[in-house]
Amino acid sequence: MSNASNTIKIDGVVIPFKEGQTIMDAALAADIYIPHLCHKPGLSPHGSCKLCTVDVNGRCVSSCTMPATEGQEIDNNTPALNEVRKTITQMLFIEGNHLCPSCEKTGDCTLQAIAYHLGMLDGHFSQFYPRREIDASHTSLVLDRDRCIMCELCVRASREVDGKDVFATSGRGINRHLIVHSPSGKLGDSNIERDDLAAHICPVGAILIKGDAYKVPIGQRTFDLHSVAETNLDKIILTKVRHHDA
Amino acid sequence: MPKLRVGTTSLGGCFGCHMSFLDMDERIVDLVQHIEFTRSPINDIKHCEPCDIGLIEGALCNADNVHVLKEFRENCKIIIAVGACAINGGVPAMRNHFSLQECLEEAFLDEIGLDNPQIPSDKELPLLLSKVHPIHEVVKVDYYLPGCPPSADAFVKILTDLLEGKEPSLPKEMLHYD
Amino acid sequence: MTINLKPSTHLLHALHAHQQQHRFISDQAMIDIAAQFNIPRPQVEAVTEFYSFFHRTPRGRFDILFSNCTSCGDLTLMQMLCEKLHIKTGETRADGLISIGETSCIGMCDHGASALINSMTIRSISKSMIEGMAELIESDTKLSDWPQNWFQVDDHIRKKGLLLSNSFEAGSALKSMAGRSGQDLLNDVTSSALKGRGGAGFSTGLKWQFCHEAEHETRYVICNADEGEPGTFKDRILLNSHADVMFEGMTICGRIIGATQGYLYLRGEYRYMLDALETTLQHRRETGLLGKNILHQGFDFDVHIVVGAGAYICGEESALIESLEGKPGIPRIRPPFPVTSGLWGKPTVVNNVETLVAAASIILHGHHWFTTHGTWQSKGSKLLSVSGDCARAGIYEYAFGISVQQVLDDAGAKNVQAVQIGGPSGRLIGADYFEHLIAFEDLATGGSFMIFNESRDLLAVIRNFTHFFAHESCGFCTPCRVGTTLLKKGLDKICDGHGTAHDLDELNRTAALVSRRSHCGLGMTAPNPIRDALKNFHPLFKQRLLHQEMEPEFNLDAALEEARALRNGN
Ligand SMILES: Cc1cc2nc3c(=O)[nH]c(=O)nc-3n(C[C@H](O)[C@H](O)[C@H](O)COP(=O)(O)O)c2cc1C
Ligand code: SF4
Ligand code: SF4
Ligand code: SF4
Ligand code: FES
Repeated sequence: MSNASNTIKIDGVVIPFKEGQTIMDAALAADIYIPHLCHKPGLSPHGSCKLCTVDVNGRCVSSCTMPATEGQEIDNNTPALNEVRKTITQMLFIEGNHLCPSCEKTGDCTLQAIAYHLGMLDGHFSQFYPRREIDASHTSLVLDRDRCIMCELCVRASREVDGKDVFATSGRGINRHLIVHSPSGKLGDSNIERDDLAAHICPVGAILIKGDAYKVPIGQRTFDLHSVAETNLDKIILTKVRHHDA
Repeated sequence: MPKLRVGTTSLGGCFGCHMSFLDMDERIVDLVQHIEFTRSPINDIKHCEPCDIGLIEGALCNADNVHVLKEFRENCKIIIAVGACAINGGVPAMRNHFSLQECLEEAFLDEIGLDNPQIPSDKELPLLLSKVHPIHEVVKVDYYLPGCPPSADAFVKILTDLLEGKEPSLPKEMLHYD
Repeated sequence: MTINLKPSTHLLHALHAHQQQHRFISDQAMIDIAAQFNIPRPQVEAVTEFYSFFHRTPRGRFDILFSNCTSCGDLTLMQMLCEKLHIKTGETRADGLISIGETSCIGMCDHGASALINSMTIRSISKSMIEGMAELIESDTKLSDWPQNWFQVDDHIRKKGLLLSNSFEAGSALKSMAGRSGQDLLNDVTSSALKGRGGAGFSTGLKWQFCHEAEHETRYVICNADEGEPGTFKDRILLNSHADVMFEGMTICGRIIGATQGYLYLRGEYRYMLDALETTLQHRRETGLLGKNILHQGFDFDVHIVVGAGAYICGEESALIESLEGKPGIPRIRPPFPVTSGLWGKPTVVNNVETLVAAASIILHGHHWFTTHGTWQSKGSKLLSVSGDCARAGIYEYAFGISVQQVLDDAGAKNVQAVQIGGPSGRLIGADYFEHLIAFEDLATGGSFMIFNESRDLLAVIRNFTHFFAHESCGFCTPCRVGTTLLKKGLDKICDGHGTAHDLDELNRTAALVSRRSHCGLGMTAPNPIRDALKNFHPLFKQRLLHQEMEPEFNLDAALEEARALRNGN
């Protein structure tokens, strides 16, 4: 059932939604940016990063999982919410090992781009400096868990698009980490291939394509040219990275 | 109008931020009409005197870094953390994954081709901190200038804002961590 | 080497059996168990690493986990045992005889210091018992030859009310259903205004109605016996002495909503009750109270018991369902709620043990019997698990509307500094609040009532609770995964005397964000102890601060210690 009277209001702007859409779906369709990291149109929603947090009639909800329903009045692009999102972004930076100047993904990284978008100047909290495993066993991929933000995009892409189930998450609490489905637990031993969506979908520099690092020079990368708030970007990022490898 | 007095220092850093500062080329001529450098590697003055702005490059790696930083904080009205190392530890903080002992042994004992390997213990050498810290963990920081290094434009922008008595800020396109 | 496993129907049970026999879950075991269950190996790895009772490195033949709860834990006893046996916590002794560690509250708060030894509960540990334990362990004495009274758990019922004073004959509530329609029965539950006793307080009648109305052929009833909230042990008493009523409540629910299968999710810490519960189930089957065509009323129902393995989050209903499905206990996205999409995606009712006991009694006695007790928004009675600094810890059943002070008086508590109502996720209140009432509209509680007298270091208590949440966070969402650890570190700094006003401010800010932005109830309540303490006991923090400036403090001497030691060692 879909009819024209289905509308929600985001920051005072009335937008339509279709039955079954989440607030995020409706917002993106209407060209409204709600910051998001663990969400990618086409994959099932996850609701873990909490960057897409919005206030609906005063209640905090994740817009990527909350169904749009008639009458919702939503705060999104407010200074207070962006401050909250900045803090969540800082949490993601300091729980892992992010050293942008030495990271291949710099300029193409969505976490970094969101940090720019939110005006993040420092990590704010003391860093955790976890020791995490790096897996370079695959001929064309590297898995550097230091930068993994547990968004599980690779998990879902592998399962839902590639039909392979290469990745899973394990551990509890601050010890959560990505694991690989192969007898040895190493990527080289799994059935992931360079052309799989899972090999390209990582929003940060945790899954990297070997040899591609500096094909595009720093200064001319996605977020050197675009703002993360452009709502058609998901396509650009994906086509761009996929295009590199074609 | 009296000139703004500016001190600069590099703690555990690579002087890259200072290089980038000088990269503003001829614009520095305009700038020195309005600012004057107190302690700085640029003029080799060793101690910080009371001044308006302290630009701090580098992370805190040893006891000396901590003393210098505290001297700056006591003397400067405004402290600006400049560059990745000052802001989040940067490259020097990569040693934080290991214990100090592991680091020293790797560098001075286990490294191949060392002549008479030993961990330096000269009393003149400042003691190393067990972990590397960004400067905001030790003193209050007023402003942050990210980048590795921050561009010359970013330096100009921040200093110009301050000269004009404005709250310094970077436009989004100048915000970079790399 | 392949490992032969006893056939087992649930992944958690298979892992437990393997852990008991081999002292750990090896890589090979994970591969074999995955094959046995026909699931991907990473799922077995994820489950093994999620639940704290499973280990990937060998534990001792005696594996002891001391509770670190403020009521049933005493880590000085743990240290004593460690010293006697020459072992560090978390480690396994080289000869493989013994390993000792900590675990979250094991629900023995009325018995004093307690522990799990090879997953059996050993309670009321004293210094002299530690001596005895050390000897029994060193001499490799089988647990069955240990003094059996060490394992004897008592009910400690101090005050009986509506539910506990009722003698209940097995099958009586089921018999009373004869000739009544499902709708009629549901009306009774709805009219009783029974609200969930597990914490959230949702109307039980409505929940059953929603589940009944959800379109599907298959529905499930789950009894939530995870009872993980520190300081709560009232479900333990119900499971021990009133299991028939609880199973009857599940059966009634099954009849009303149209479910034929029920699950009892029993926390791993209560494994010692498993045999008795299975026996009760078997007896009920034999007497026609479970199984096909129950009491010739034309409906079928049976119950399986699944035992958890050390994860507080599995008390959250959707995490519990994930756990039942053989996965890590990670809360689901809501909506959909379990009543429309629960176990295996089917409409599911999840109720607390006490809720189901009350429901069975309501069916037997009628809703008037129930509604004549309690307050206008909280009908009936509540079982409180009272523990901490008082003369008589144990179970107190009151009609809703009892004041905190009355409970304190009944339990013989003196010089009370604070009471934690509803466990760490509940409210921390001081004396100015003791006239408030236990009721959904005032002080809501799942049943934990922990008393702290003037001699307690309240900051240490809050620190304990904050560590608990960091340990129990499932790690799914950013605010709770990172935030609970930030809160733990921030509070540690202040407690250790290195904090400043700046750190306190940071703590406050982080706490607010974690409360508001987390994915599930765990994260939303994890900052409660800190937030309540900042509000109600602010001077405690202030006294502990290094200075009142909004400046960070850096302990240079401590930071140089390592370098000094290295230089001197040279
Ligand atoms: C972190 C967390 C832990 C919980 N633990 C329990 C528990 O141990 N027992 C329980 O009955 N409910 C627990 N709950 C509440 C359940 O999610 C659920 O609301 C309850 O089982 C519903 O039953 P009721 O309506 O009978 O109370 C917990 C909730 C959260 C968020
Ligand atoms: S993954 Fe992104 S945020 Fe992390 S270091 Fe690389 S560029 Fe920076
Ligand atoms: S590897 Fe990348 S895509 Fe996968 S969970 Fe980590 S950050 Fe997300
Ligand atoms: S709030 Fe905590 S326990 Fe709940 S989903 Fe998030 S990380 Fe897991
Ligand atoms: S985008 Fe919604 S929680 Fe991550």
